[in-house]
Amino acid sequence: MRRLKAQIIDTDGFDRTLTRLAHEILEKNRGASNIVIVGIRTRGEFIARRVADIIETVEHTKLHLGSMDITLYRDDLLGKLEQPQLKGTEVLFDINDRDVILIDDVLYTGRTIRAALDELADLGRPRTIQLAVLVDRGHRQLPIRADYVGKNIPTSANESIRVHVKEVDGEDAVLLMHPEE
Amino acid sequence: MPLHSKHLLGLDGMSREDLQLILDTAVSFREVLERPIKKVPPLQGKTVANMFFENSTRTRLSFELAERRLSADVLGFVATGSSVSKGETLKDTARNIEAMKVDMVVMRHSAAGASHYLSRVIDANVINAGDGSHEHPTQGLLDMYTIREKHGRLNDLHVCIVGDISHSRVARSNIFGLKTMGARVSVCGPATMIPREIGRLGVDVYHHLDDVLPTVDVLNVLRIQLERDAGRLFPTIREYRQTFGITRRRLEKAGRVMTIMHPGPINRDVEISADVADSEHSVILQQVLNGVAVRMSVLYLLSTRN
Repeated sequence: MRRLKAQIIDTDGFDRTLTRLAHEILEKNRGASNIVIVGIRTRGEFIARRVADIIETVEHTKLHLGSMDITLYRDDLLGKLEQPQLKGTEVLFDINDRDVILIDDVLYTGRTIRAALDELADLGRPRTIQLAVLVDRGHRQLPIRADYVGKNIPTSANESIRVHVKEVDGEDAVLLMHPEE
Repeated sequence: MPLHSKHLLGLDGMSREDLQLILDTAVSFREVLERPIKKVPPLQGKTVANMFFENSTRTRLSFELAERRLSADVLGFVATGSSVSKGETLKDTARNIEAMKVDMVVMRHSAAGASHYLSRVIDANVINAGDGSHEHPTQGLLDMYTIREKHGRLNDLHVCIVGDISHSRVARSNIFGLKTMGARVSVCGPATMIPREIGRLGVDVYHHLDDVLPTVDVLNVLRIQLERDAGRLFPTIREYRQTFGITRRRLEKAGRVMTIMHPGPINRDVEISADVADSEHSVILQQVLNGVAVRMSVLYLLSTRN
């Protein structure tokens, strides 16, 4: 069991953070005309949907929104103890020459993002791939960085970050948990 | 939850959860088959040997494609011209292949139970690609997948299997899997082609198509195996066609829209008329495509089971 150490972001902060991320994405890409959004399952999918909603409201436009299950591209698949259930990838639009905004909840070792980049490369050749995360907690094991970060949270490797989204967990929050006891 | 067994030898006795897991996982692989690059990496570094001691084109190609699309290394083995014709036993052949550090073996064999035997003498995962008249589990799974894709469920559907039930491993795997998933299964064919004890598997037996068709949701038409001397089981092909051939006129008379399936290869205008095989209710080519996805699902689930 892990005990709560601190609540890093509450419900209001969560909305404000996503709103800022959405605006940064729009600013850097000079609008939404060429962007498509892909969330990494499970939590990243919901964060991607929220960011897409904000962009659609601001820009009065409709965005392509997809989600990816990167399980098949994991580098620890054959060594893992628990078999992960496949939830499927749904990117039902052409990503060639688009600016793909890849969204996940927490950026940690970078291995999930490495897998996601490989999977995107099998789906097409985007003009750019940009990474947006709600939380960057450090401890990278690969040369990967995010283009848009909701909040940098310095952690020790044995602590953990939990992201709650209201669609799954009933509330929006980012929690820092103590090391396992 | 991973699969309960290390091997896929048959659908007889397989739990509902395992069947469900294989079918659900296949949905993800079906999506992969629609991509511009139809290949994913989960079996990188794994080696799969396809040991076909009996002729097969589509099943072998389907397995091979599934293995390659999962990035496995693939060893092909066809019995004719191999050491089998020099008198080597199945056990020695398998052990030799395993000595080459093979992780999985896909086997087709004319003897019922051959893959069960193999699974006891080697460490690799064994997948049964058809053993005699016993089982052909991946065909059963792909038929179930195709039915579920078309009807959205398996529960409470009436699936009728028409043809030579006695010699059909496809029929047996279908019966076991579909019954477990809650479908109603019936069989229809001449008495010479239906085992007397088949009722014990919980299926209804019919000898006249017109008796069963009015309640059928899915019609799975089996191939008349002319090469296996099917001729001694009925007087003439013409008579079989007239009594058990699936034709448009017969379906219209039944007054019911039903999904038409066939495991292939088709004898056109013998067990099924050309216009029915090509009609909008026929899912015969979807079965072929789904076969690759279902086999990917089985290979993936067995190899990542640990």
